[in-house]
Order: sequence, then structure tokens, then C-alpha cells
Amino acid sequence: MEAPQLSSLYQQLILEHYRNPRNKSELEEKTVEIHMANPVCGDEIRLQLRIEDDHIVEAKFVGQGCSISQAAVSMMTTLIQGRAFDEADDLAKRFTEMMHGDEEAARDKALGDLRALQGVSKFPVRIKCALLGFDALQEALKSEIGEKTQ
Amino acid sequence: MTALDPIKIRTEFPTLDQTVNGKPLVYLDNAATSQKPEAVLGALEQYYRRDNANVHRGIHELSRRATIAYEDARAKVAQWINAPEADELVWTRGTTEAINLIATAWGLDNVGEGDEILISTMEHHSNIIPWQLLTRRTGATLRYIEIDEQGRLILDDLPSVLSARTKVVALGHVSNALGTVNPIKDIAAAAHEVGALVVIDGAQGAVHKKVDVQDLGVDCYAFSGHKMCGPTGIGALWARKDLLESMSPYQGGGEMIHFVNRDESTWAKVPHKFEAGTPNIAGAIGFGAAVDFLAGVGMESIAAHERDLLAYAIEQVGSIEGVRIYGPESLDEHSAVVSFTLGDAHPHDISTILDAEGIAVRAGHHCAQLVMKHFGIAATARASFYLYNSKDEVDRLVEGLYRVRGVFG
Repeated sequence: MEAPQLSSLYQQLILEHYRNPRNKSELEEKTVEIHMANPVCGDEIRLQLRIEDDHIVEAKFVGQGCSISQAAVSMMTTLIQGRAFDEADDLAKRFTEMMHGDEEAARDKALGDLRALQGVSKFPVRIKCALLGFDALQEALKSEIGEKTQ
Repeated sequence: MTALDPIKIRTEFPTLDQTVNGKPLVYLDNAATSQKPEAVLGALEQYYRRDNANVHRGIHELSRRATIAYEDARAKVAQWINAPEADELVWTRGTTEAINLIATAWGLDNVGEGDEILISTMEHHSNIIPWQLLTRRTGATLRYIEIDEQGRLILDDLPSVLSARTKVVALGHVSNALGTVNPIKDIAAAAHEVGALVVIDGAQGAVHKKVDVQDLGVDCYAFSGHKMCGPTGIGALWARKDLLESMSPYQGGGEMIHFVNRDESTWAKVPHKFEAGTPNIAGAIGFGAAVDFLAGVGMESIAAHERDLLAYAIEQVGSIEGVRIYGPESLDEHSAVVSFTLGDAHPHDISTILDAEGIAVRAGHHCAQLVMKHFGIAATARASFYLYNSKDEVDRLVEGLYRVRGVFG
């Protein structure tokens, strides 16, 4: 089997987000916080959202981990600000499809900077790193929607 | 003592002869598990192809052969750590089960409220959690020996943490995360002065040097086959015979009984009292073959070779800008493990980039989260060496780390 190229993994944009993460701070007015960790490797984030009327008004995070996990969360938070729940959920699904090798998803401009992470799909053991942020987001959405229907 | 030739030894390990991502494999994850020589693979195959039968059950020929091979292996592995008697060696699934066995079977009957169990922040989770579980069930307290900036136990604190309340002192022989070799003999003597039981996690201990449990003066020694060229799923608990005889069984079932009655039963003799159910027969036989293999190479030669490699690796890896190596500075206190970080490159990223070069290292907390907390880091990259590694492979590692710098520099 041909070895996947490292250059497809470590794109400049990823390293840039890793070194200068966006929205990385505590969100004082958070209405929901999800702690998500990958105990195998120690990647860890707390995703904090301010939710109003089925919208993510603000998204911030704190955490630590590898370049892939931290860059992915950074990119995700810039993209989900102001989004309705169903839009955010669509992004999560789209990103997951890209991680599982879907070429069409990888061309979807809606994913913004996150498209730089397409190369991760060629490194199966790193996919869980890229998905950490969206896993937290989906958990947050589930808890919000769950609360409303109770 | 003859000098060890890793190039020749490598030919006995089929897994090492392959390319990964187009490059010859450099396997430096030996502290996680070692590769297996032909001698061990052959022993497993012989058992399954020719001698496969249950042990201690049948009168028939195959059962006789399987039983002999199984018990011969026990004698070899017991002798490997200089146990006074082969019957003091209980087969387990590995180090983890061995520690759980002693913590449960001895602990529940001998530890109570107000008692203390002393471990250290250097421990692998397998030597923390069984004791945490025991303290939860008994009301005992868990206490810790702290480690210093070089990842060594702070033994000056020993008099203040050791007392008549201390029922167990449980420590790793060698740290998997840092490579620290602990002065077990001195600690065991101090622990015995207050009447504590001394339990040693030898997962990384019996691997690189000859271990002599009598000389160490410990009560229990737990270790695994797979770290020392043997199969996975087999390990052993050595404990003093009087201790094993005084203990209640750990699990109940076949093999461990003498007579079974409706309400009460009697137990088989040690060690079978602790081996309920059909054991890992092939694993035990493979473990015996691994010990034979290592003895054939010579543990002194292996220890000398590893020390050479470690000195070279620390020098070469340590000279890369941005590298910080964790663990003792003195080679006398440092086993064949180089645990390090490199600038702001996360250890997972280091490992992925090295993997692309065919180099296998471990990245993460190495099941030693308290060690990581001590140093204020989330993870390290860890290169760990064994008898078949060479200086050329250290050079490949260094080249690979320069590639990491190329990406993250």
C-alpha cells in the first residue's frame, strides 16, 4: 500500500490554527459546556456555548492536545457562531463524511477552513482527533434539544 | 559475557523484517510490548499442533504432555526470578491481574479502616487502581511517595509516610513512562521494619535485567510474558509460599478445588488454588520458551547492550534543539526508555510523522497520568529499546525527529 503523504496531513492552515487557536478562552456567559476527552491519547477540550432560541450565539473552548484536535476545534468554533442548531448539525455530519473519505463533502465550501483537514482521512488513527470538537458539539446539541422536549 | 550482535538477533524476529510506509521498520515501542522470536512462535505452534489438551485433567497422552510442558514452563519462569520454589508462581493474564489478585485476595482479608497503602506517583495505572478499589472497599487510605524533578522517588520522605499503619507498600520496579529504576531492596527493608507487605510491579523489571526476588527481599513480584519476548495474555504473580497458603482464593471454578460439597469446598494446593478455570496453557508454554531464549542470549549481554543504546540515544536525541528528556540523568537509575517532548509538537504528531518514516514509538500518558501531572504535561513521546535494536535505528529516530522539526520548526 502506498504511504499517505504527510504534507496532506500537516497543512499550513492546520499548524496556524494550532499555534493561534481562535475562540480559545473561557466563555463567561455560557449556557452549556461539554467536556470531551480521548482517554487513549489525552486530547481534551471543554466546549462552551451560549445558546439562545435554537441558535449558537457564541462558541469558545479550552483544552489541550495534538495539532489536529486543537486546530479542528478552533476552526469549528469560528464556523458555528450564530448558526441554528440544524445548520450546526449539518456541518457536523458533513465534516464526519469528509473524515470518512467522502470526496464530495471535502469540496463543500460550507466547511470553510475545516477542509484543510481532509488529509486526516488518510490517517485512520488520527480521525478521532479531528472529530473531538464535533463530538462535543453534537453532545451539546443533543442535551439542548433533549431539555426542550422534556 | 559476549557482546550482543543485534543484527544477528534480529533475524530471529520475523515481525522486524518488514517495511512500514515504504521504510524498514524501526520498532521502538518495546515498553508497550516486545516482538516475539521464532523460538516462542515455535513453542506455541508445537503445543497447538501436537500437544493440545487440557492440563491436570486427563489420563491420556496429550494431556500428560500438555501438563508437563505447562508445569515445566512454571519452573523455568520461577527460576528466572530466583523464586525459592516453582509452586510459588501463580499464572495470571499479566501483571495487571497479578496485582489485582494480591490486592483482592490478600487485601480484603488483611486491610481495614485506618490502615494505609503506600504507592508512588510514578506508578502505572495497574499499580494504582487495584489499590484504589481496595481502599474503597475497606476504608483504608492510599498514600503516595512523590517524585523529584528527575522522576525519582523522594525517599527522604519515606520515614514520614511509612508507619505501623502501613499494610502494603506497592511500587514499580522500573517506570514504564520514565525508565526510572527504583531501589527496591532498600525500600523493601524499610517497609518490612514496619511490618508492611511489599508488592512489586515488575512489568518493566524482569525484562532487561536478571531479577532475584530473594535478594530484593520482597513479598510479591508481578510480571508479564509479552514484555519479554513471550505471548500476550500470560503473566505471573510470585509470592512467598506462606503468604499464598494463607490467602483466600481469588476466583472460584474448576482446577482450583480439592473436594466440592453442597455448602463447603476445599481448595487445591498452591499455586493451583489461584488458577481457576482452564488456564492460558499455550501462553505459559510460550512464556517458558521466551525465558529460555533470553537466557540463551544472556541477560548480562542484553543489559550491557541496552545501556550502550540508551547512552547513545540520550546523547543523540538530547542534542536536538527543542528536545526535553524526562527521567533520571544517571544511567544507573535509568532503564532503556527515552521519554521526551519536542518543542510545541504534540507527541501524537511526533508519532504520526515518525510512523511515516517506519518508526514506531509510543505517544501519550503511558498509563501514568500522575507522572504527566507531576511534570505539568499532557503526554510524552517514548522510544523504548530492547535486545534487537541497534544504533542505526537510533540514527533513524534522530533523522525522523528532524523531520518533525521540519514540520513544526
